[in-house]
Amino acid sequence: MPLDSAQTRTLSQARGFIGRRPGLRGYLLLSPTLMIVGTLMLIPVLGMAVMSFWQQTGHMAFDMSGTLNNYAEAFTRDMYRVLFLRSLSISGLTTLATVVMAFPLAFFIAFYVKRHKMVWIILVTLPFWTSYLLRVFSWKVILGYNGAVNSGLMSLGMISEPLDFLMYNPTAVVITLTHAWATVAILPIYVSLEKIDRSLLEAATDLGDSPFVRFFRIILPLALPGILAACVLIFIPTVGDYVTPSLVGGSDGYMIANVIQFQFGRGSNWPSGAAISLTSMTIVAILVGAFVWSARRLSGRRG
Amino acid sequence: MKQGTRLAARILGAYAVIYVAYLYVPVLFLPLFSFNDSIYISFPLRGWTFKWYESMLANDALHRALVNSLKVGLTTAFISTVLGILGAKAVTRYRLPGQKPVVAMIMLPLVVPEIILAMALLMVILRAGGSLGLVSIAAGHILLCVPFAMVVLMSRFEGFDRSLEEASHDLGENGWWTFWRVTFPNVLPGIVASLLLTFTISFDEFIMAFFLGSTEPTLPVFMWNQLRFPKLLPGVLALGACILIASVLVVLAAEWFRRRNTSDSQSGDVIIG
Amino acid sequence: MDNSFIDIVGVSKSFGGVKAVDDISLSVHQGEFFSLLGPSGCGKTTLLRILGGLEAPGSGRVMIDGQDITDVPAHLRPTNMVFQNYAIFPHLNVEQNVAYGLRQQKLSREEQIEKVSAALAMVKLEGFEKRGADEMSGGQKQRVALARALIKRPKVLLLDEPLGALDKKLREEMQIELRMLQQQVGITFVFVTHDQEEALTLSDRVAVMGEGRILQMDSPRQIYERPKSREVADFIGQMNLLSGAIESVGDKVTVNTPTLGNVCVENNDQDVAVGDAVTLAIRPENLKLRSASAPGSVRVTLAASAFWGHTTYYRVVVTGAEGESLDVAQQDYSGSEKVGDEAWLGFDPADLLMLKN
Repeated sequence: MPLDSAQTRTLSQARGFIGRRPGLRGYLLLSPTLMIVGTLMLIPVLGMAVMSFWQQTGHMAFDMSGTLNNYAEAFTRDMYRVLFLRSLSISGLTTLATVVMAFPLAFFIAFYVKRHKMVWIILVTLPFWTSYLLRVFSWKVILGYNGAVNSGLMSLGMISEPLDFLMYNPTAVVITLTHAWATVAILPIYVSLEKIDRSLLEAATDLGDSPFVRFFRIILPLALPGILAACVLIFIPTVGDYVTPSLVGGSDGYMIANVIQFQFGRGSNWPSGAAISLTSMTIVAILVGAFVWSARRLSGRRG
Repeated sequence: MKQGTRLAARILGAYAVIYVAYLYVPVLFLPLFSFNDSIYISFPLRGWTFKWYESMLANDALHRALVNSLKVGLTTAFISTVLGILGAKAVTRYRLPGQKPVVAMIMLPLVVPEIILAMALLMVILRAGGSLGLVSIAAGHILLCVPFAMVVLMSRFEGFDRSLEEASHDLGENGWWTFWRVTFPNVLPGIVASLLLTFTISFDEFIMAFFLGSTEPTLPVFMWNQLRFPKLLPGVLALGACILIASVLVVLAAEWFRRRNTSDSQSGDVIIG
Repeated sequence: MDNSFIDIVGVSKSFGGVKAVDDISLSVHQGEFFSLLGPSGCGKTTLLRILGGLEAPGSGRVMIDGQDITDVPAHLRPTNMVFQNYAIFPHLNVEQNVAYGLRQQKLSREEQIEKVSAALAMVKLEGFEKRGADEMSGGQKQRVALARALIKRPKVLLLDEPLGALDKKLREEMQIELRMLQQQVGITFVFVTHDQEEALTLSDRVAVMGEGRILQMDSPRQIYERPKSREVADFIGQMNLLSGAIESVGDKVTVNTPTLGNVCVENNDQDVAVGDAVTLAIRPENLKLRSASAPGSVRVTLAASAFWGHTTYYRVVVTGAEGESLDVAQQDYSGSEKVGDEAWLGFDPADLLMLKN
């Protein structure tokens, strides 16, 4: 190796420089990913923030002098308030239902399945990777006016007319969302249960707790991070869900995403759409933050 | 007490079976009714038929949509996996100052409602004078897929000892050769899994494809457009059944690759969450 | 020194403000078996990794065979390493692992096979060529790692606690083999370990490290018999440490200790003054228990005893004194071993080593 040639020396000194700053080298490696995510997310979202202070004056024409009108409207117009509240309560109910239903299953897999854990895990996560649109659509097939439930009941002679309250209302949205997001809740809860050291349970029993008491004193507090993660992973995206209200919600089941889409589309009021988007994200962020904070506080005091 | 736990196990086991049925049965209605010899959904079935599948084979618009989906899916899978490899290597192999917020930012698309990301992208693309089409759809899909690719590959990178790369350097290989002789073969199952999963996500994705596309629809958008015509419903069901089966096969393959050679397959290193 | 082969000059390295290696300078001779010995976290592995180019020093220079290699990346250095966990490539078999570093040499297939089998023969792994990485025991992996590094004919072989993961019996076997191998190939070995017995057995010279610095660098015998500081004495082997203060300084030094009273010891070239606090060190095997009084012996009470097979350890307290208890290692004590019984403790003051605090 001709180590003493000047070229090699310069090269290796340059290498030495980067080598001595591993953080720099790491960011060099991370930079393409950061650049893409930055271009595709940060710039658009920042652009949206700027847009929300403009005023639409015509097709693709804006008054850029800056106004808070869009936000004032987002907060004061009755329609928006109704949609905000409906979106929040629909996804709140969905989150609650999903997590409550998923917990016993995660508990079962973590504590009672001995040999084929992975089969169970794959079985319950597989639907996550199938088309969301199709999972939602299947409820239209089930609950629809000519759907499976109605035609089944009619052929059994239990009803003579199709039931029309099955679909196109907030309940249908909650049912559909609960099913579509079920698979998201199981994994974080399962992981936090699986991580619980089994000797802790033995210690609790040894110290006199019955299995029932032990569940509330040991398992539930230690599973809390997973439960919170599941709540957050479901609540935030479902508040802004578009497909489900559009397919099974009807006009009574419209949510905030529908109005956002309307403003950017046919309504052609981008600044208003931007303001509603950012307002809903802010509200959700505050609610989630408060929820996680108070849940941690509550469990912290008990433990 | 022993009897009590056995009872609890039995109740929970029954619940688990019901839950899995709840997960799968509604979705299985799609393939079921796709064999129904009627343009209406009717229960019980009128009769069995393959005609909806046959008519799919002859539908040119559907074929074009399929080709579009494949183009977008393959591009998305390739680019987001490459970005995932770089990102996963960076965050698992280097101590990066400010790593937590940076990684959190990359993972953000996992939780932000897609409609907002889609509208923001739409707005920026149109304002910048760009045009909508397969390219803009792929851009949206890459944004959604990079976090998944990162998570899959990070667990793979964490699962293999960094002293292997050091040993390679020590034995005289530079960064390039070390990547191809040591890193790549060891991370390969993760790379394949990431390619398959990101492809599935893109292939099934609707929101970005709907709002960032133009006249050339992808398969899910094509299906959505068909929904407006009630008489096309059986065709949609047949198409949906095919898409479901395709995703399931691809994901099972991905799982198989992801868990290959990992000693900790019991710990359930988890993709989502 | 003229014949130094590795020169480390003023090398420092910090991790997040903590000095792992603190201004270390040392030289290693060609063909030497040199050990870096110290507790975990003392910076020995970091120093080894700096030698191998896997860690860049914050300051200082590293020279091997007259060449400054401080800025030479790992893959261009004339060093090879045996990693603590062996780092056997899991996707390659034994043959491919050993041949890994031969790619750049552009050898023919036959030459490669020849080299690999020679390397495997050296570590006594003939016939294991096609074995997979996961089909080997710890000892076998260790041999593969050795063969893989030695096939490169490095100027320096770096070994990072290579025997740490093996069980005691295998470890002792490998120690002997490692020493024989080193003498056979004549390559300079730099060996990192926290096991003082291992370091003393194997090495030509040992550097005892603590908190990023070298506490003492000497032959194993010197380190064992003449530790230069209380820390080294405490770390190497069993040692009784008695605190005391200088009473008078002359040809010999008189030290007043709470345990043994006034003792006269050799002034081993240290500049000490009356009143200085010092430590007296004596090995358990240099103390002798007797059942009857003899000149110079002190009366002690037995506090505990432990049978170790080749020897028995006795813990004794000097009767009527306030100081530390003493450990005695002895095979042939014939008196009563009952706790609380009295005995006489004899020692040669020449075995007492005075260490400055």
